[in-house]
Amino acid sequence: MSNVATTAPAPAAPPPVEKLKIKVDGREIEVPKLMPDWQGRLQPTTMLQACQIAGAEVPHYCYHPKLPVAGNCRMCLVEFGTPMMGPDRKPVLNPDGTPKIAKSVLPYEPGTPRGAIACATPISPGMEIYPGSAATQQMREAVLESLLINHPLDCPICDQAGECKLQEYSVEHGQANSRFVETKVHKPKAVDLGPRIVLDDERCILCTRCIRFSRDIAGDDALGIVNRGSYNTIAAWKEGAFDNNYTLNTVDLCPVGALTSRDFRFKMRVWFLKETRSVCTSCSTGCNITIGSREDVIHRYEPRDNDAVNAAWMCDAGRLNYKWVGRPDRLKEVRRRNADGTSDRIPWETAIREITARLSNAVSGSVAVVASARQTTEELHLLKKLANRFGAITDSVPRTGEADRLLVSADRNPNSNGARLTGIAYTEMGIRLPEIAEGIRSGSIRTLVVFGEDVTQHGIGADLLARLETLVVSDILPNPTTAAAHYLLPGCAHAEKRGTYINGKGRLQRFLKAVEPHGDARPEWEFLRELVTAVTAQAVPATLEGLFNEMSDGIPAFGGVRWAGIGDLGVNVTI
Amino acid sequence: MPEEFKLITKNLDQPGFTPDIGCYQRHGGYEALRKALSTAARDLPDGKKQSPQEVIRDEVLKSGLRGRGGAGFSAGLKWSFVDRRSGKPIYLICNADESEPGTFKDRQILHRDPHQLIEGMIISCWANDVKLAYIYIRGEMPIAARRLNQALAEARAAGFLGKNILGTGYDLEIHVHRGAGAYICGEETGLIESLEGKRPYPRIKPPYFPAVLGLYLCPTIVNNVETLCHVRHIVTLGGAEYAKLGTPNNTGTRIVSLSGDVQRPGYYEIEVGKVTLGELIQHPNFGGGLRPGRQLKAIIPGGSSSKVLKAGEKFQLKRKGPDGQMTSVETALLDLPYDFDSLQQAGTMSGSSAIIVLDDSRSMVATLGNLSEFYAHESCGQCTPCREGALWMEKALHRLNHGEGRKSDADYLLHIAQNIQGRTICAFGEAASWPVLSFVKKFRDEFESKGAADESARAANPARPQH
Ligand SMILES: Cc1cc2nc3c(=O)[nH]c(=O)nc-3n(C[C@H](O)[C@H](O)[C@H](O)COP(=O)(O)O)c2cc1C
Ligand code: SF4
Ligand code: SF4
Ligand code: SF4
Ligand code: FES
Repeated sequence: MSNVATTAPAPAAPPPVEKLKIKVDGREIEVPKLMPDWQGRLQPTTMLQACQIAGAEVPHYCYHPKLPVAGNCRMCLVEFGTPMMGPDRKPVLNPDGTPKIAKSVLPYEPGTPRGAIACATPISPGMEIYPGSAATQQMREAVLESLLINHPLDCPICDQAGECKLQEYSVEHGQANSRFVETKVHKPKAVDLGPRIVLDDERCILCTRCIRFSRDIAGDDALGIVNRGSYNTIAAWKEGAFDNNYTLNTVDLCPVGALTSRDFRFKMRVWFLKETRSVCTSCSTGCNITIGSREDVIHRYEPRDNDAVNAAWMCDAGRLNYKWVGRPDRLKEVRRRNADGTSDRIPWETAIREITARLSNAVSGSVAVVASARQTTEELHLLKKLANRFGAITDSVPRTGEADRLLVSADRNPNSNGARLTGIAYTEMGIRLPEIAEGIRSGSIRTLVVFGEDVTQHGIGADLLARLETLVVSDILPNPTTAAAHYLLPGCAHAEKRGTYINGKGRLQRFLKAVEPHGDARPEWEFLRELVTAVTAQAVPATLEGLFNEMSDGIPAFGGVRWAGIGDLGVNVTI
Repeated sequence: MPEEFKLITKNLDQPGFTPDIGCYQRHGGYEALRKALSTAARDLPDGKKQSPQEVIRDEVLKSGLRGRGGAGFSAGLKWSFVDRRSGKPIYLICNADESEPGTFKDRQILHRDPHQLIEGMIISCWANDVKLAYIYIRGEMPIAARRLNQALAEARAAGFLGKNILGTGYDLEIHVHRGAGAYICGEETGLIESLEGKRPYPRIKPPYFPAVLGLYLCPTIVNNVETLCHVRHIVTLGGAEYAKLGTPNNTGTRIVSLSGDVQRPGYYEIEVGKVTLGELIQHPNFGGGLRPGRQLKAIIPGGSSSKVLKAGEKFQLKRKGPDGQMTSVETALLDLPYDFDSLQQAGTMSGSSAIIVLDDSRSMVATLGNLSEFYAHESCGQCTPCREGALWMEKALHRLNHGEGRKSDADYLLHIAQNIQGRTICAFGEAASWPVLSFVKKFRDEFESKGAADESARAANPARPQH
C-alpha cells in the first residue's frame, strides 16, 4: 500500500464508462449508461439521475439515494418521449434529419401525456425528458394538491418548518388555492413510535422512507403501515417498539414534520441554528456530523453525508451524546492543589510556569504520560513531544463495547489510530498502564501527566496518585484523577475546538469549533503548545494548521497531507 | 340464434356433476394432462427442434388465448416473456382473487369443477418448467378453498401431482393460499407481495415485471382461473382448432357474468365476439330483457372499473373488409360484439367480462357513489394520486348524494379523476377513475342538476349548515 492520501476509500481502477446521449428539456447531454444505485451497485441510469447531471431539478419525496426505490409519492413524474421507430425498427426522421420523438401518452387516451416516475425509470438512447414542461408541472401540482388535502397545515407549530419538503415544493410547484371542500381525514397525533421518536400521523405523506430505512438499512423491520387507502397510518409492530440504535435517522429522512426527535422537538426553530461540520466522538467510526448550536448551546447533532465513513447515517447513542458538553459541573478553572489539600484558582501563565519548573527538574525516565485516545491528533502529537523530552512511558486507555453490523465499532475511542500513529499508544492500547502503575509504586515514576482519562479506573488508584511528586491533569469533567491533580488544566470538548481524529479505518478527519469553551478552559493544543515550547525550548507552530502540517511531515503514514487538503470528508492515511 | 357455447362450464352445468376427482375423470378429466405429458418433440420447418414443453407453449400461443382476468393479454406471449435463463426457479400463480364488482365466473369453476383448474395448472406448469405453483384465492371464498385443497389431495393421491407425475419424472406441488379480503390482492404484483407475506402493495414496473422479477424475485407467471382452464382445452383441441372458436384475435369462449336490471342475471359462456351486448341483455337464452316497463339507461360492460356505456351511443368500429382494407363501421351500443377489441374500440373494455345493466330507475349519481365507495375502501394507499383521490371522489359523491351537492361538482369530480389515471403504480388508478370520468362525462346533466337542486334547496333554507 502506498502512503498517498486519497479522498476515496478504495480507489479501484475506473472501468470504461459507456455513455448515452439524451435530451433534458431540449438540451443534449451525455450520461453514463450505468450509475450506482442505493447500494452502490451499477444499474441502468434513471431519469432522475440524468436530470441531476443535467442540472434540472426533479422534486421528489420518496426517493432517497441511499434507500431502495419505492416510487410511491409520484412527485417525480416527468413527461418524456422516445425516438419513434418505423416498422423496419429504424428511427423515423424529421424532415431536418433529426429523429422524430414519440411523446409518451396514455394508451387509452392518446391526447393525454403519460408521465414516468423519474426515480425508477431507466433512460434509453435518444430519450427526451421534459422536467420543465407544462405537462410535468401539471402532474406535480396535482400530486402536491393530493398530498395537501388531508394535511393539517400546522406549519406554525411544526418542528419541520424551515426544512420541510412539503413547504418548499408547495411554494415552488404548488398552486395557491385548493379545490378541496371535504372534511379532512384525522389520524393519531403525538404517537410514541419508540423511546426517541414521536410521530404525527396527520403530517405523514406515507413516503415509506422511515420504513425502508429501518428495514433495509438498520435491519429492524419494526415499522409498517396499517389500515388502507387514505386512512393509511405508520405504526410500529408493537406500540413503542421502534427502538433500534438508528431510529433518529428517520427524523432526518422524513421529508415532513411527521417524525420528530423526542430530544429535539419544540426546542429550537431550525433557522436559528448555526451549523458546524464536525465528527462524532463516541466510537472509532467517526461518523461525520453537523452540530446545530445557538449562542454557545448545542441543540442537536445530525449526520453529514460521507460515503467513505457513514453514508448518511449515525447511531442514536452517538447522536444524543452531546449533553455532557453543557454540563454545569464542567471544569472551568485552572487550579493548583496545596500541600494541605486546599486548592487555588491560578492564572494559566502561573500554571504553565510552575509546571515547566517542576518538569525541568524531572530526571529522564521518571515521567509517564497517559493521554486519552479522545484527544485530537495534534494534542497527542504535542504530548508525545513532551514525553520524548523525558523519555517518558506513554499510553492511552482502551475503551470497548459491542460492534454492530452497520456503523458502531467495538473501539469506542474516536482517535485510537491517532494515538498509535503519534506514538502515544501501541497496537494493544493500554498495555503499558500496569508498567506505569508499577513505576509509581516502586517510586521510579515521580511525575504523571494525564490527559482526558480517569486513571483510577484503569489500575492507577488514588493511593498510587498520592505518591506522585507531580500530577498534571487536564480534563473536561471532574473525576477522582482530577481531584488528585497538583495542577488541573480545564480542557475542551471537541465541539469547542478544532482538530483531527483518525478513525478505525484510517480516515483522517477534521472538525471545527461550534461553541465557546466554559470558563478558563482552552483548547488543549493551545496550552500544550505553550508548555512544550517552554519545556523543550523548541519552536512549535503557533497555529493549528501549522501544527498539523508539522506533525504530518513527521509521520510518513500521513503521506504529506496538509491541513487544507483534509477537506470536509477527510482523507485516508495508512494504519 | 345466439346461444351459449359451453367449454369451461360444460361439466359443472350438468346435473349430478360433483367436484370430486372420480366424477371429473368419468367426464374425461386428466386426459388432457396425459396427452400433454406424452407430447413428442417437434421438428420445425427451419430445422430447429421444439421440446415437448415448447410444443405446448407454442400451441397456447397459436390458440390466440387472451387472459380472462381483466387485461386480455395474450397468454402465449406472456409465457414467452418468462426469463428462462436466470437459473432461478419459475413460479406459476393462479389468480383466484376474483373481486371485481359484478364478476362471479371464476367462483363457478372453483366451487364446482376445481379439477378442471388443477389440470389446466399442471399442464401450464409442466409446459413452463414450474415445480411450485400457488392458487391465490380470495379470502371470502372459504368453501372453494376447502374444495381446492380436497381436489389437490385427490390429484396427488392419483399421481397427477407431487413427485414423479404419471411416471414422467416431473415433480410439481401446488399450494392454496387464502387472501385476507382485499381487492388489490387481485393485482398481480400486489398478489405476489401478499403471497410473500407482506402488505399487498403493488410493485413498480419497471423493474418488477413478474416474468422476470416476480415471486421471491424469481420469474413468475400469473394467470386467471379461467385462463388456466382454457389451457386444458387447447391441449385437447390443439391450438389451431381452439382458435376457430370465437372470432379472429378474440378466440375461444368466455364466461360472462351478467347482473343488474335484467330478467335472467347469471353467468353465460359464449364464443368471444359471436354474441352482441344486445343479445346478452335481451335474448331469452341470456338476460331475457329488462324488467317490464323499463328502459335501458346504461351498461357497465366489463366489471365495475370499465367505462360506462350510455344507451343509444354509437361507435366507430374498425373492421377488415372482404378486400382486406380496414373500414370504419358505425355500430350501435347493443350491436357491439362482446369481445376484447370491439369494446376497446368503443372506448371501454371487456375487463373481467362482467356486464352490469342499469335501467331508467337508476340514478347515475347514486350508482357512481356506490362504486366509488368500493374504490375508496379498496385503494391500498401506496401511491399519492390514488390514495388521496379515491377517497376524495367518494367524499364528493357522498356529499352530492346527501343533499350537499354543488353544480360545480361535476367538474370537480373530473378534475380529481383526471389527476389519477395514468399516474399511479398500478391499474387500480384507472379502475377508480374510469367510472367517475365516464359517468360524469356521459351523464353530466344528471350530476349538474343534482348539484343545482341541492344548491337551490340550501339557498331556500339558509339556516341549514353550509358546506
Ligand atoms: C386492481 C386490480 C385488480 C385485479 N383483480 C384481479 C382478479 O381479481 N382476478 C384476476 O384474475 N385478475 C385480476 N387483475 C388482473 C391481474 O393483475 C392480472 O392481469 C391477471 O391475473 C393476469 O391473468 P390473465 O392474463 O390470465 O388475465 C386485477 C388487476 C387490477 C389492476
Ligand atoms: S413518517 Fe415521514 S418518513 Fe415515514 S412515511 Fe411518513 S412522511 Fe415518510
Ligand atoms: S457509530 Fe460511532 S461514530 Fe457513528 S454516531 Fe455512532 S458512536 Fe458516533
Ligand atoms: S394505484 Fe391505488 S391501489 Fe394501486 S398502488 Fe397506487 S394506491 Fe395502491
Ligand atoms: S420520488 Fe417518489 S415516486 Fe419518484
